[in-house]
Amino acid sequence: MSSYLVLSGGLSPERDVSLRSGRRVAEALRLSTDDEVREADVDLSLIDLLRKHRPSCVIPLLHGAAGEDGALRDVLTSLDLPYVGSTGESARLAFDKPIAKTLLARAGVATPAYVALPHASFRELGAAEVLSGIRDLLGLPLIVKPTKGGSALGASLVKSAEDFPSAMVGAFAYSEVAMMEQWIAGTEVAISVLETGDSTSALPAVEIVPKAEMYDYNSRYTAGTTEFFVPARLSDDIAAECARIALLAHEVLGLRDWSRTDLIVDSSGTPWFLETNAAPGMTETSLFPQSLHAAGLSLGDTALRLVQRAIARK
Amino acid sequence: MQASEIRALFAVASRPEVVSLAGGMPFVQALNMDLMAETVSKLLRERGAVALQYGSGQGDVGLREQILEVMADVKVSAHPDDIVVTTGSQMALDLVTRVFCDPGDVVLVEAPSYVGALGVFRAYECEVIHVAMDDEGLNPIALQEAISTLAAQGRKAKMLYTIPSFHNPAGVTQGQPRRAEILAIAQRAGVLLLEDDPYGLLGFEGEPPAAIRSHDEEGVIYLGSFSKTIASGLRVGWAVAPHGVREKLVLAAESAVLCPSNYSQLTISEYLATQPWREQIKSYRELYRERRDALLESLEQLMPPGTTWTTPAGGFYSWLTLPNGLDAKAMLPRAVTALVAYVPGTGFYVNGSGHENMRLSYCYPEPDRIREGVRRLAGVIEGELEIAATFGTGSALHSDSGSDSPGSNVPAPNLQ
Repeated sequence: MSSYLVLSGGLSPERDVSLRSGRRVAEALRLSTDDEVREADVDLSLIDLLRKHRPSCVIPLLHGAAGEDGALRDVLTSLDLPYVGSTGESARLAFDKPIAKTLLARAGVATPAYVALPHASFRELGAAEVLSGIRDLLGLPLIVKPTKGGSALGASLVKSAEDFPSAMVGAFAYSEVAMMEQWIAGTEVAISVLETGDSTSALPAVEIVPKAEMYDYNSRYTAGTTEFFVPARLSDDIAAECARIALLAHEVLGLRDWSRTDLIVDSSGTPWFLETNAAPGMTETSLFPQSLHAAGLSLGDTALRLVQRAIARK
Repeated sequence: MQASEIRALFAVASRPEVVSLAGGMPFVQALNMDLMAETVSKLLRERGAVALQYGSGQGDVGLREQILEVMADVKVSAHPDDIVVTTGSQMALDLVTRVFCDPGDVVLVEAPSYVGALGVFRAYECEVIHVAMDDEGLNPIALQEAISTLAAQGRKAKMLYTIPSFHNPAGVTQGQPRRAEILAIAQRAGVLLLEDDPYGLLGFEGEPPAAIRSHDEEGVIYLGSFSKTIASGLRVGWAVAPHGVREKLVLAAESAVLCPSNYSQLTISEYLATQPWREQIKSYRELYRERRDALLESLEQLMPPGTTWTTPAGGFYSWLTLPNGLDAKAMLPRAVTALVAYVPGTGFYVNGSGHENMRLSYCYPEPDRIREGVRRLAGVIEGELEIAATFGTGSALHSDSGSDSPGSNVPAPNLQ
């Protein structure tokens, strides 16, 4: 009998989200297979567990650092264990928002203008002057967020110059480098990409309408705080363009098995690339499972197909 | 930063790599588990059919008699009939509020106050007004002012909630003259005084402080608990209330839970009857004093200038004030990344105050871990000071309006 190991938890601020993702995928997998499905946290006992247990396949569902920065994936590779999802190298590209934006911009995709700076730049050059220049460049409102990390942790909407300093403090609490990004008003959509068999396809787009001003942490994981429309209320042309960009992001970043790309569609119908997640959330309010459901796919069967794919890849 | 984000960070704090100065769990590992096993075994062998059966809504009469003996240490005297045993003193707090308060009633609390109480008062739609504290706890002048201000508006507070000994979260203790003064003010104004005393027996110096109720019984309801002195997992607390009130509390208790757990009550009762419980409390005191000392010594050695903290003479907590108006809530992600956790001060207010404060608990981690935690925390504060210096942030700029519901900014009770 094969044995699959779902990894979740870790030490990132997204630990709780990851644990919920892990439990959900593990439970769904158990309904789709009689093979053994185990769950484990990422801690000092993990390597020993992996060596002794030698799972047939690992499903990493870690969000944030270690899970999405590629480190754990590289460890799995070094242990010669098959795993679902992208390689460490690709995950690193996607996890670093400025790098991902640059790669997509080079591929011809619109992405909001941004400036990414470490704290040292503000300290050495004078925060007021630097922020003033950024404000002139990007205009207000703008978004401040950590360059690495997910679930909108540390992200703030800056509407006035007075909001700027505390937004920077909030972002630097999560990351060494903060990104200030042009605010694009429009419809927020998420497009999940799934590789099955020999084809890679975009699943129905999810339109996100948070009750709050921003699709923040609370809006993401508190039931009833966000309204979702699946498929998104987009024209066929725009929906097709969003799907094209999500597939392009998956390809340009070299991602594997599954990913989720977040876009804003502005009033003229142009989709703007925000980011791509190599380890999309799988909680009860997450977007990837909603897309799967809309496509008539079950989470368990999908995860099992990806597991089989990962094993076959070895 | 929102409450759900804070809860997400506390999820990381439960990992062993993190030194958690955030939780409030008593160090029950210090109990002699063999003796406890013996106690439980004897109970089940000899009185199992009673322990596993429904009991009285007011609580086991034998335990109520024993509670008198325990309360004698804080000079509270009562009749066993005046005692209502509850599922932890948290339930007593809930019952008292349910019986006394209607929506819109004003409850006066310390600034800051115990988050579990704030949650109860909010749940019953009371208006909570914070009253300033100083190094000796609730400030009588501020209390009188609050009462007078309400009177000028034609209003009156229904209840004053106070933790006089080893306050959670402030770590300060009211002296006896102050207790008398506070009680006199409350009695003059006809405000019920709800005295919460879970830590009273856990003082580090001298005799346990005499409870406010020892000064005068009139207008005082006293809440006690075995959670900190024996075992929090058994969930046994109590209220001491005058006859008329007690009847209402019992009816309210019966409608809520029928009766407190007989098994838990009789376990405590058996423990009190057969084990050296005073010795156990003494060993808890010594253990917590050693940890308090580790915390205070490390804070003294490592904290950046401008940081201040209270010096608890008992209990579990010290209340720290950050330098230069730093925001403890905004700083929490940095702390968790550095593998140390605390509770931001905003969780202990209903009005958005407490941004520059944090509660540090020393009850659970071993002294070496506490020292390591403070070392990490000092680094976090220094890093945040640098960021604040760069961006000119400070007391004027805070992470939010503090409008979250109480309890959402603090960890669950089972966090270390």
